[in-house]
Amino acid sequence: MNRLSQLSTDEQVALLFVGLFGLLLLASIVMALRSITRDDDERFQRERPYRRDLRALWLGAVVFWVSWISGPVGATLAFGVLSFLALREFITLAHTRRGDHRSLILAFFVVLPLQYLIVGLKRFDLFSVFIPVYVFLAIPVISALAGDPRRFLERNAKIQWGIMVCVFGLSHAPALLLLDLPRFQDRGAFLLFFLVMVTAAAQIAQELASRRLRRAPVARQIDRSFSWRAFGLGVAAAAVVGALLFWITPVKPGTAAAMGALAGGCGTLGELVMRALKKDAGVRWWGNRSSVTGAVGLLDRVAPLCFAAPVFFHAVRWYF
Amino acid sequence: MTRAEAMGLLIAFIARLVTGAQGHWKGCAPKAEQRIYFANHQSHLDWVLIWAALPSELRAQTRPIAARDYWTGSRFKHWLTREVFNAVYVNRQRSDDQDPLEPLAAALQNGDSLVIFPEGTRSNKGEPQPFKSGLYHLAAQFPQVPLVPAWIDNVQRVMPKGEVVPVPILCTVTFGAALQLAPGEDKRAFLARARDAVLALRPRESES
Repeated sequence: MNRLSQLSTDEQVALLFVGLFGLLLLASIVMALRSITRDDDERFQRERPYRRDLRALWLGAVVFWVSWISGPVGATLAFGVLSFLALREFITLAHTRRGDHRSLILAFFVVLPLQYLIVGLKRFDLFSVFIPVYVFLAIPVISALAGDPRRFLERNAKIQWGIMVCVFGLSHAPALLLLDLPRFQDRGAFLLFFLVMVTAAAQIAQELASRRLRRAPVARQIDRSFSWRAFGLGVAAAAVVGALLFWITPVKPGTAAAMGALAGGCGTLGELVMRALKKDAGVRWWGNRSSVTGAVGLLDRVAPLCFAAPVFFHAVRWYF
Repeated sequence: MTRAEAMGLLIAFIARLVTGAQGHWKGCAPKAEQRIYFANHQSHLDWVLIWAALPSELRAQTRPIAARDYWTGSRFKHWLTREVFNAVYVNRQRSDDQDPLEPLAAALQNGDSLVIFPEGTRSNKGEPQPFKSGLYHLAAQFPQVPLVPAWIDNVQRVMPKGEVVPVPILCTVTFGAALQLAPGEDKRAFLARARDAVLALRPRESES
């Protein structure tokens, strides 16, 4: 630990990425070896989701790395594109009407770029209020001017909700990268890494726990596997991972555990909300191949982050 | 790379960024053989979507039909349809001495694939309108060319009639099993069968 803290910030960040890509490389090699020695097709099919997830992890890690090395411009661009694709997926399933066209143009081509521009400029005060205050008013105004009163509230609620989750929520990830805290300059990559690790830990732990425990689900209609105990175990796992990673954050182990628990809990609850939304839209997962979207299921992957990132971001800012 | 090829790549990239332009090959595989694709027609973007959904190797041999008076109207439009899309031009005004399908037949004799919208015009009622008879005549003239039905979904939401800026919404193009004109099949029966084949490819949740 002492040797680590003697390194410069850049060297520590470099070490972080070497570790991350090393782990991924190891996982990929194991996967490749297993697929060479495969004797039964059944196992190959069974492992399919894991290979898909691994590919997604690679993609995520590369986006993370690119956005780190290229500084504010790259970070905002990379997450801006991610946000665009997520919002595209969300709007596809929201069944918007013809009268929403202008509002959607505003959302995609004005709100989204502006929000990421504000992140890139590190104007964090404006960044926090731009969408909840200004866009909140602008969208229904444009919608009213389009002159279609049918289902007005419902249509606007859908668009605003999509913007909140896919643009506002996700834009907190590059904001973490760019956040300059006192005594913690230029080390935002650690904060984002911390956030991703704890939300992933919470999700994986909850998934495993719900498979083992077979508890009565809290909301059967929405998610057959979500139980309070599994949720609690997920939060606990996030707290443990958070405490173990305290040395990459500017806080003490206890605080890191609390922040991990907070972010992990928000992530898994956000996933539950997304699941309810998908049930409402009539799809099992966003990337359903047979459905109209034919998308890659990006929203599935970024949803926990969309919900956890704003809470975590403000928790970190207020703590300092 | 020529300028036209670069333009083609740019258009395909934008189409994919905005709509996804996912091709779902349900009844046949994407193959480098001569085909006539026929699809529902709801928007100006339909052709671009089918074109972007095709694998890039097939794009050069697959040609759209363009109205000569409109698409040769300005230098840019002419260049776009001639150099980038390699369009087959047809006259909208019918003259007595000329068969309107002749340019299409020439392209097919040349070995190219065609994309046609047999409704003749854009419809926004959800269900496609009755098919015009051009498809039947081509099928009778070129019995060896498979006719592949396709359903383009969601594109009317991307750019409704009267709007200029497209909204990013995911679209799919579903390609079905190829049909052929049955021996002795009546024109009306064949056109109804072709329309049903297109309609059958519509994803279930987009009904209503």
